[in-house]
Amino acid sequence: MTGSRMTRIALALAAPALALVTAFLITSLVLILAGDDWLGVWSQILSWPTNRTMVNIVNSATVYYLSAVAVAIGFRMNLFNIGVDGQYRIASFAAAWVAGEALLPGPLNIVLALLAGMFVGAMWAGIAGLLRVTRGVSEVISTIMLNAIATAVVAYLLRKVAVREEGSNIISTKPLPEGSRIPGIPFLGGEIYGFVVIAVIVGIAYWVLLNRSRFGFDLRAAGQSESAAVASGINVKKMMLVTMLMSGAIAGLVGLPLLFGQAYAYGSTFQSGLGFAGIAIALLGRNHPIGIAIGALLFAWLDQQSNPLQILLDVSPDIVKVTQGVIVLTVVIAYEVVRRYGVRLEQRHVAAALDPQFQQKEVSA
Amino acid sequence: MSNTSTDPGASATGAPDVAVRLRGIGKTFPGVVANHDVDIDVRRGTIHAIVGENGAGKSTLMKILYGVQKPDSGTIELDGQPVVLSSPSDAIGHGVGMVFQHFMLADNLTVLENVVLGAEKLHGIGDGARTKIREISAAYGLGIEPDDLVADLGVGARQRIEILKVLYRGARIIILDEPTAVLVPQEVDELFDNLRELKAEGLAVIFISHKLDEVLSVADEVTVIRRGATVSTVPADSVTSRQLAELMVGSELPSPSTELSTVTDVEVLEVVDLHLPDARGGRPLLDGISLRIHRGEILGIAGVEGNGQAELVEAIMGMRPDATGRIELNDGDIAGWSTRERREAGIGYIPEDRHRQGLLLDAPLWENRVLGHQTREPNIAGPFIDRRGARDDTERIVREYDVRSPGIDTLARALSGGNQQKLIVGREMSSEPSLLIAAHPTRGVDVGAQAAIWDHIKRARRDGLAVLLISADLDELIGLSDTIAVLLRGRLVGTFDPGDVTPQQLGSAMTGATDEEETA
Ligand SMILES: Nc1ncnc2c1ncn2[C@@H]1O[C@H](COP(=O)(O)OP(=O)(O)OP(=O)(O)O)[C@@H](O)[C@H]1O
Ligand SMILES: [Mg+2]
Repeated sequence: MTGSRMTRIALALAAPALALVTAFLITSLVLILAGDDWLGVWSQILSWPTNRTMVNIVNSATVYYLSAVAVAIGFRMNLFNIGVDGQYRIASFAAAWVAGEALLPGPLNIVLALLAGMFVGAMWAGIAGLLRVTRGVSEVISTIMLNAIATAVVAYLLRKVAVREEGSNIISTKPLPEGSRIPGIPFLGGEIYGFVVIAVIVGIAYWVLLNRSRFGFDLRAAGQSESAAVASGINVKKMMLVTMLMSGAIAGLVGLPLLFGQAYAYGSTFQSGLGFAGIAIALLGRNHPIGIAIGALLFAWLDQQSNPLQILLDVSPDIVKVTQGVIVLTVVIAYEVVRRYGVRLEQRHVAAALDPQFQQKEVSA
Repeated sequence: MSNTSTDPGASATGAPDVAVRLRGIGKTFPGVVANHDVDIDVRRGTIHAIVGENGAGKSTLMKILYGVQKPDSGTIELDGQPVVLSSPSDAIGHGVGMVFQHFMLADNLTVLENVVLGAEKLHGIGDGARTKIREISAAYGLGIEPDDLVADLGVGARQRIEILKVLYRGARIIILDEPTAVLVPQEVDELFDNLRELKAEGLAVIFISHKLDEVLSVADEVTVIRRGATVSTVPADSVTSRQLAELMVGSELPSPSTELSTVTDVEVLEVVDLHLPDARGGRPLLDGISLRIHRGEILGIAGVEGNGQAELVEAIMGMRPDATGRIELNDGDIAGWSTRERREAGIGYIPEDRHRQGLLLDAPLWENRVLGHQTREPNIAGPFIDRRGARDDTERIVREYDVRSPGIDTLARALSGGNQQKLIVGREMSSEPSLLIAAHPTRGVDVGAQAAIWDHIKRARRDGLAVLLISADLDELIGLSDTIAVLLRGRLVGTFDPGDVTPQQLGSAMTGATDEEETA
């Protein structure tokens, strides 16, 4: 039994490994065709990061992690929430604004802002959920549109709220009061976001809720077969709406590590595009909390390690976007290849184990 | 599609009349040997039946012959030529066609459109195709009109369309996997007449069934498969169904016991004036249905599929929000309740379509034990799933209902059809329901398992279970029910005492032959 367990684990790791090797080969090919120093690129990317870069990797992975979990919740119920991007931007703005107003003292203000962010994220995603449930509008379409609308709404509101700021050409919300910032955690001589703790909690809660709770069972059942879910007594429409709200609430957290640990305000330069990386990482991590964590670290590693490429080798860091894209494509294929191989392996096993027994039966029959 | 459309008639000079020769076919799945050294010869111009217990490997063997599954070992010869079939289109290219148990027709298309779909190159999509369909239909007595809408046709006709589809693509060897499971006796007779036409034209027909009497009435030869291997092939006129059953199981069958009535006068379910309108504006799907079932009573509903059975069941389960009327369970009005509330109140539900409604095919068996019972013991501990409890109880069901599976972590998809059904029945009988809504509870299970399921139901009835039984199997209805009601075009058109009704009487009531004129 332990032998088969070892095989299972080995197989589980084989797929991502296969995808990484393929991505490595294809990226190298692109570099070679473009006449770039491909060995130099890899020796930079695969070199051990400096402590400073390491801190950046962890920070960036934290953000990616939250984004991917938000997407994964939807995936488990067969909903494709492409709108994490818009949801986290509008939620970050709301949280920044609430926190900037400093309605409550110190840490309470943080809690209030977190709740505000999650609430707004949930509501924004909830629009798509409601359209899906009542009007049958595909959440893929509606969340894409809501991304565009979020951009406009945030720009408009930011102008309104930021008007009161003076003397700066970058418009942003009122900065958080000193007491409402989340302190960093010392790490390798630097500091990583204190929000890492929240990300870990989110990961654990995600796992427990989805894999161990009754609610999670309903959610997964509805995602696997709507008709069987209905017959089993699940209110599938309600489930869709709730899933969308939860996905949006987690999306509402995505921008907050930046807000509470680094930027301290929401401005026109606030980082965007984190929602799309989340889709890729959720796919890569197979919606599993640990898989997602590894995927997030990998993506963050590629991002951060490729930064100096321009200066060192005159190669655009965008090359790692190719790598990331290829990883996501190949991982889907790799999982299938490895699965088939596993089935064949097991078949041979079983056949070998059962054959003598069968011969015996034939003789006695 | 680059196959060289071989003409089997012309090239068959080698072997005289063996259309299909399987030798040493083996196939292993994780944890089970599905086929092992299977040898079968099917002669042209014959009907060849394959029988065997649930999980014996019949469907797997046919999927191998149809190119859906790849065998691990063995050879296939068609008309004396060795072939390798790696896909269904390969198989069709070699003249092999298969009709699956679950029909694959698009409801909102016409017969013509369904038939030509994917075979547009053969005779076009217009008049050429229409003529060809009429020709085939006439040649084999299928009685199919190319321009009918599939949505308007019954199960029997749909099955004939599936057969026509296969013939249209030039099949000379036709495989039918449990074709009669969904048919009522009259339709079965019609189907068998069609099959005889096919064989008269020199085609080879292979069919799988668990109904041994049917097998003996239509087949020329019968191959018995047990645990993946061929036990023997016998001429159909040299065996009785009892002997067949014993060959299948390898031992004698238990004989079903006779039962005394256990009906009480405590009402469990009362339905009053249940209506369900047709969303497309046609005749109501359910029209003024009233019925009552007492503790210890089994009410059987007879009817040709498509006359409102599915709707009646779903309305009682709370899955049809448009339904109006009163539904009382144990004297409480449940008409406004959700499906979950009804299940929690003690209704067990065996749905008619196990793949669509009964199972999560890609979840392990123990998670399927939880499905539909995810708010109740032994599956839960507070807000959490109790994995230990659910797994232990799954082990119990697998044991008590003889579900053949390598283990409870196996995916439901990997079980044979009959074993999936046994799992569902076992699940719905646990947690002691007061009412069981059973749609075709023994559809697709072998004779031994059928008797076992009947025993389980009878035992529960003795303890006070009320059952609403829907079945296409009239012997099952007559054997189990305390009362039989006939459902025709959404209305209950008569009740019969199973003690003195014949299948023929029921059959004519079901098709409306004895029905008074229709109300508009
Ligand atoms: N895709 C699959 N993966 C794993 N195991 C499978 C798969 N398909 C079939 N099996 C196993 O192979 C065996 C034979 O299954 P098969 O469906 O051929 O049985 P069958 O004779 O058609 O039974 P039934 O009468 O219940 O339909 C069963 O033990 C089943 O669990
Ligand atoms: Mg089968």
